[in-house]
Amino acid sequence: MVGFPAVKATRRHFLKLSLAATAAAASGPRLARAQASGPRVVVVGGGFAGASCARALRHADPKIVVTLVEPNATFTACPFSNSVIVGMRELSTQQFTYDRVAADGIAIARTSATAVDAQVKSVTLADGAKLSYDRLVLAPGIDIRWGALPGYDEAAAAQMPHAWRAGEQTLLLRRQLEAMDDGGLVVISAPANPFRCPPGPYERASLIAHFLKTKKPKSKLIVLDAKDAFSKQRLFQAAWAELYPGLLEWVPLSKGGNVTSVDAATRTLVTDFGKHQAKVANVIPPQKAGRIAEVAGVTDRSGWCPIDPVTFESKLQAGIHVIGDAAIAGAMPKSAFAANSQAKVCAAAVATLVAGGTPSIPKLINTCYSLVAPDYGISVAGVYQPTGGQLADVPGAGGVSPSDAPRETRKAEAVLAEAWFRTISAESFG
Amino acid sequence: MRRVLAAAIASVWIAAASVASAEPPAGAAACSGCHPSAARGSSPVTPLAGRDRAEIIKAMQDFRSGARTGTVMDRIAKGFTDAEIQAIAAWWASQR
Repeated sequence: MVGFPAVKATRRHFLKLSLAATAAAASGPRLARAQASGPRVVVVGGGFAGASCARALRHADPKIVVTLVEPNATFTACPFSNSVIVGMRELSTQQFTYDRVAADGIAIARTSATAVDAQVKSVTLADGAKLSYDRLVLAPGIDIRWGALPGYDEAAAAQMPHAWRAGEQTLLLRRQLEAMDDGGLVVISAPANPFRCPPGPYERASLIAHFLKTKKPKSKLIVLDAKDAFSKQRLFQAAWAELYPGLLEWVPLSKGGNVTSVDAATRTLVTDFGKHQAKVANVIPPQKAGRIAEVAGVTDRSGWCPIDPVTFESKLQAGIHVIGDAAIAGAMPKSAFAANSQAKVCAAAVATLVAGGTPSIPKLINTCYSLVAPDYGISVAGVYQPTGGQLADVPGAGGVSPSDAPRETRKAEAVLAEAWFRTISAESFG
Repeated sequence: MRRVLAAAIASVWIAAASVASAEPPAGAAACSGCHPSAARGSSPVTPLAGRDRAEIIKAMQDFRSGARTGTVMDRIAKGFTDAEIQAIAAWWASQR
């Protein structure tokens, strides 16, 4: 029988985990008792979705034994990483540890999940240990779909950074922009939908244009887009015409914007209509749900995860919930706000389910700010409810900042954007 | 009429209170994505926990009707019914 050694490994592992959590939480006896008896929820992935969900689970019901599986000691946040690329912020302001999460009585397994057995209800960790669960929450974020764009592999990303997972890639793009001579060509390629942070490529284009305008004004920026439309498009384009005329050019799909291959050695991006040889090339490649989602069998052919809009339980595997960028959340975009909003709804539903109840019908919110210049912010907001098996927009609600708003409103939204980041990171990690 | 109204308010309040012990009412959990808890950091955005229930209801209704201008709250408030606003306000008022 393989069951017995697995159970031993699990117990040994839990002891290790609970000791770590106890040291951080200084609430040993209560935690130890809880871990012996309470429902077990494992959360895989410690981003805005996973960390928020783990915390909300503990808050919903302190009897729930929550383990957060996350290999990185430090989380590096993507929102505001475009500001890091152009030197407006330092990467350290994007980074958060899990100390405060652990202090909430959450056991942190500092390793990756390598397999999921949905029948037995256990997660296998990289060190071979197994964690049994009553409910599993996967919050794995995105993986790059390497190979989907010919010529763009991990080696190419060292020459043409994606900077779509914040960290070293963010700093690489920043160094390349800083090192570029004035008069250089910067090219951003934006992918087809769906992808993480729909307005992100256009905020990045805006802030790079601002950087070029102020530091290297003879330079040019081209955005090659695999789409003909994008998030907050009218607001972005109006601001570009006002702030960066002649500097920033957006090339939509219908005008030959779709990048069909790249050559990293020469930093060349090939489209159906021609070639662009860049001094700095930022390739935002096609994406899919983080790998463990596929391993767990919760991805469909799109590479993303269909979910029930009330509980975020997978439509493909019972007992496994998927939140954040990896989920197919209908009208909700793949944003940190949406991830955090989903995490809290999912946590409430899971707490109800493990207690034998029926989760209530939720409503969710998203708000996404973008900076088109350091003191010029715009936003999109939405309210969502389950409709016909999907999360749909609540009619009449939501929308973007007014197109005729005065400059003070833009300035206020830039201030609110930063306040939002402080608040959501504090709720998730602080 | 007054008695009916009082009963209706009481029943909403009781419903909200019973929900508070389990799941937050629909939409309530999302607010803290922007609204900070008083203990954590500084923000120009109003903390909601422990705030007066009637004050939250009035703010939401005014954002929804356009009587009060907002940056995003005018767009968000339009997604909630009176009953939902009542429940959300009661829940936040009961939070610490």
